[in-house]
Amino acid sequence: MMAENEEYILEMLGKGMREHERDHMDYRDIKIEINTIPHAEGSATVDIGNTKVLVGVKLGVGDPLPDKPNEGALVTGAELLPLANAEYETGPPSPEAIEFARVVDRGIRAAGVVDTDALFIEKDKVWTAFVDIYVLNYDGNLFDAGTLAATTALLTARMPKIEGEEIIREGNLGKLKTNGTVTSCTFAKVGKTILLDPNANEERIMAGRLTIANDEKVVRAMQKGLSGSFSFKELTDLIDATFDKSKLLRDRMKQAMGE
Amino acid sequence: MIMGGGKDKPELIVNGKRTDGREFGELRPIKIQAGILKNAEGSAYLEWGNNKVLAAVYGPKEAQPKHIADPNRAIIKCRYQMAPFSSLEEHSRSGPNRRAIEISKVTKEVFENVILLDNFPGSEIDIFVEVLQSDGGTRAAGITAAAVAVASSGIPMRDIPYAVSAGKAGDEILLDLNKIEDNYSDADMPVAIAPRNSDILLLQMDGALTKEQVQRAADLVIKAGETITKLQRDALEARYK
Repeated sequence: MMAENEEYILEMLGKGMREHERDHMDYRDIKIEINTIPHAEGSATVDIGNTKVLVGVKLGVGDPLPDKPNEGALVTGAELLPLANAEYETGPPSPEAIEFARVVDRGIRAAGVVDTDALFIEKDKVWTAFVDIYVLNYDGNLFDAGTLAATTALLTARMPKIEGEEIIREGNLGKLKTNGTVTSCTFAKVGKTILLDPNANEERIMAGRLTIANDEKVVRAMQKGLSGSFSFKELTDLIDATFDKSKLLRDRMKQAMGE
Repeated sequence: MIMGGGKDKPELIVNGKRTDGREFGELRPIKIQAGILKNAEGSAYLEWGNNKVLAAVYGPKEAQPKHIADPNRAIIKCRYQMAPFSSLEEHSRSGPNRRAIEISKVTKEVFENVILLDNFPGSEIDIFVEVLQSDGGTRAAGITAAAVAVASSGIPMRDIPYAVSAGKAGDEILLDLNKIEDNYSDADMPVAIAPRNSDILLLQMDGALTKEQVQRAADLVIKAGETITKLQRDALEARYK
């Protein structure tokens, strides 16, 4: 059964309209705040409309991955917290949460946001950067909010240092070494209509979802989700749209970081 | 994938050929056999290069537990898994890891698109993909095999999907990456396609691609579909001969 507001959204889309008078290729208001959790090495809270996502970055010392003995590691997790949405449940991460974390991770990794070479300490000892994505309020488009928050948190993170056996996490520290930046644009397919930045009502009725993560030059990661399909023409058009819309995201990120 | 070239990055292209001697747009050899497991409603065994994959379909049957049933259509459950002995590297822990859970999800979504779910309200269809030996491109091999398994079960589908990956080494776009290419390429893009209209049912990518490179990869994927689709249909025909 379709809820009343979902029928209403479909009816509006049929007339070429969208909730809150948004154009199909418009973002909702985007707010980025850095260092919202000062105890974490890096943190950022991102609002896209009523979606609110917090990312905290911590660095820890551990073993390197067996296939990458000379570099540090990056570990990304996502929690769809029960306080964020009536439909989220407690328990182990759902396939949705795992997909979300892995898509954000692939964008960050492919764009080289974290310089994992610089996280090497000595033989069998490396830093691991833990990126934890906390969804605080769900109103659609977690992927873009998560990628924005994770990238911003990493770009503003401080780098702890080791003195003897002790890890120094406060005081006069340098910054985490980063090599790139990435943002993503997520599109929902509702009927034949394609919408940028779907809200929760739109996500409930979308057939397919497409996320394209890019930096200023190239596409860094893509993920199609759900049962709906996209044509290759739609894909290449949406790559163009992503390069266009990502300028806004990068500007907001720079503003938040005081650049 | 290792980005930006690890220290011991092997050459992926030597004298215009790939590490296993293939051309840039060439598939590895693929063999498919339909209906080889007795208990399953439908099944397929597929060899794709050094990949060896089994797929089986059970159902439609009553959805369990009952509260997950959809009164209007069938639901699909899908599990993709790699055997602990499947790779040339160390023994891996059995059971689904995060990678396998994600692949299971996107594989399920491919079949939600093509199976006529409305025909089986309240029921579930189970799709199992077991990777027995892995050499890069196992999710594509799994989807291609599962499509044959579903078709051989008689569950009605709009189309028989196929999947294959494309990628990039240097400036060259390559079709069907093997494990070494997958590990050291500059981009990897697995795709699943509905051959009747070339619609994208699965798309993942990481690395670095321009729009033009995505287009070139798409062309290779669609061209390869002619070969893969024919192998799938031949396997189904052989089953019912």
